[in-house]
Formats: sequence, structure tokens, C-alpha cells
Amino acid sequence: MVTNVTSLGRNGLHDWLVQRISAVVLLVWFVYVGCYAVLHEPLTYLAWQGLFSQTWMRIFTLIALFSLCAHAWIGLWTIATDYFSVHLMGKKATALRLLVQVACVAVLAVYLLWCIHILWSI
Amino acid sequence: MLVSVYRYNPETDLQPRMQDYNVDLPPGKDMMVLDLLQLVKDQDQSLTYRRSCREGVCGSDGMNINGRNGLACITHVSEIVKNGKVVLRPLPGLPVVRDLVVDMTAFYRQYERIKPYLQNDEPPPAIERLQSPEDRAKLDGLYECILCACCSTSCPSFWWNPDKFVGPAGLLQAYRFLADSRDTHTAERLAELEDPFSVFRCRGIMNCVSVCPKGLNPTKAIGHIRSMLLERGV
Ligand code: SF4
Repeated sequence: MVTNVTSLGRNGLHDWLVQRISAVVLLVWFVYVGCYAVLHEPLTYLAWQGLFSQTWMRIFTLIALFSLCAHAWIGLWTIATDYFSVHLMGKKATALRLLVQVACVAVLAVYLLWCIHILWSI
Repeated sequence: MLVSVYRYNPETDLQPRMQDYNVDLPPGKDMMVLDLLQLVKDQDQSLTYRRSCREGVCGSDGMNINGRNGLACITHVSEIVKNGKVVLRPLPGLPVVRDLVVDMTAFYRQYERIKPYLQNDEPPPAIERLQSPEDRAKLDGLYECILCACCSTSCPSFWWNPDKFVGPAGLLQAYRFLADSRDTHTAERLAELEDPFSVFRCRGIMNCVSVCPKGLNPTKAIGHIRSMLLERGV
């Protein structure tokens, strides 16, 4: 057993499942919004606003947002632990990896809060 | 034929280098790469490589042949020759001891970690533990592994995390004991594998399947382990 505290679920199976489920949620969201945009061509500000002011769409979008963050975090965490490893880079890898991970979390948190703010101010 | 061989002697060389040899092939014969190496060694006795059974059973002469891992003793020169040239390098991703000989410690350590032996808590029967032919058939495609390391050393996930990711060879053996009806430690074995690295670093690129000289399929075994973890975990 390899222990790790920075992975999302601290368990490979958990992360693996979240990665797959979030991918499906994102696919459904993007296909839905894409179809909506194509079918309401030319898309007006009013139609767009109407779509996102409905409660269910806000909740759906919120779920998609959380999925995006979880999906991105698991992916970026995997990349960081692949490439910034002590095995490849020596001692400085740990500090670098932590830095990259903190930066990723910060960016994802900002995007998440910003999107929630936009969503609820429509 | 031009044979380019990776040379490195840590005692005398600062850097590894490629050395070219011109080898005359005996006409009308399709040699194995190992025979080619022997011809090179006749020219240059300092060349070092591992070999033993010379028939694909012992797994000693795994090496990178024209960019692809394989056993030198069962790879025909005609299969792999490119523009009249053969390039031989050690297995990638493991420290080089000398020339084509690599230090397999990281590979064996992962093999050791999965406890590659039968564990059974029930009192042993008087003669032997029996297994139905159907249960025995489940081990086909698993037990044949010769631990040549061609698969694990062609796997980028193993290159990046050889200390954490078990690697295709180790996981194939892990599944060999998970699938064995005589082994009673399935739960403990799975618990050892559920972290984010041991199994889940596999991204299914199937390099292992494409290079295995015994035609085994570690990716499929990893899929089975994942299903077992899923059944147990949700
Ligand atoms: S699975 Fe195949 S390539 Fe991998 S160590 Fe076993 S025999 Fe060699």
C-alpha cells in the first residue's frame, strides 16, 4: 500500500470512479449546452439568460462545475506525481510538486467561486 | 550488417555511448538477435549482456531492440532490421550496471510486494490442495510469465514511479494469485492495491501487451483487478 495525502480521495478506486463519473457529467453538460446554442441560433442574450436563470440549469451547471474541478484536480495531481518525483529530479521535486499542487488548487478554487458568483448573479 | 550497441562501463566511462560494429552474417540463415550479439562479442570481448537458456524460457536477455523491448534469443534479425541496421540498448527505465545489463532491483521489489506465493489459512490436506479444471483454467495466461521485465520497462507509468506503481509484470502476478481458488488472502491482497499508485497508475496504453514475448496480456489482468476492487469498494 502506497500512502498519499494529496490525492482527492486518498484511494485509487475513489479517484478512478470520480474521474469517470465526472467525465460523463461534463459530457452531458457540454452536449446539452452545445445543442441548445445550435438550436437557438442566433443565440440572443435573453435566451442565454433565460436558460441560466432556471433553478435546474443552475444546479446542473453547479454539478458540472464541481465535476470539472474534481476531474481537473485528479488529472493534474496525477501529472504532478508522475513528472515531479524524487526519483526523476532529486530532493527539489517534493517542494516543486507541492508548489504545483497548491497553484492548481488555487486556480481551480478561484474559477469555482467566480463561476458560482456569475451563476447566481444572472 | 551494422550493429550499434549501447556501451557503458561505470568504472571507466563518464557517459554512455553507442558503438558500431560491422558483422558478417552467415548467408542463408535468419539468425536471432542473440546470435548476432555473440558475433559482436567475438569481435569485442568487453561487451556485456545477460543470457542463459537461449530459447525464451529464462527471460535473461530482455533488451531494447531497434526501439522495442524483446528477448534477443527469440527475435529474428529479419523481423526487426531497419535500413540494414540493428540498434541494441538496455531495457529502458532501470539503472544500467554495464552495457546491456540493467539493475532489476526496482522490478523485483514490486514483484516481492504483491506476495507472489499461495497464502492459505486452512489446514493443509494430507496430500495436496485440489482445484477443479475450471478453476485451474483461470490461471492460463497468467502463470506463464517469465519475469523478463520487457513489459514493465516499456511502461511510462513504471518509468515515472517504479517505487510506487507495481507495473504490468507485478500486476499480472498479483491477479494470478487473486484468481487462484486455493488462495484465501484475496481481501488482504486487494487492500494492498487500492491506493492511487499501485494499480491505478495504469492508464491502459497497452505497451506491455504489445511487447510481451510470451503473448500475455497484463492490461486485461489489471482490468480484472480493477473490477475486483470496484466490487469490493462500492
Ligand atoms: S508479462 Fe510478459 S513481458 Fe512482462 S515480465 Fe512476464 S513474460 Fe515478460
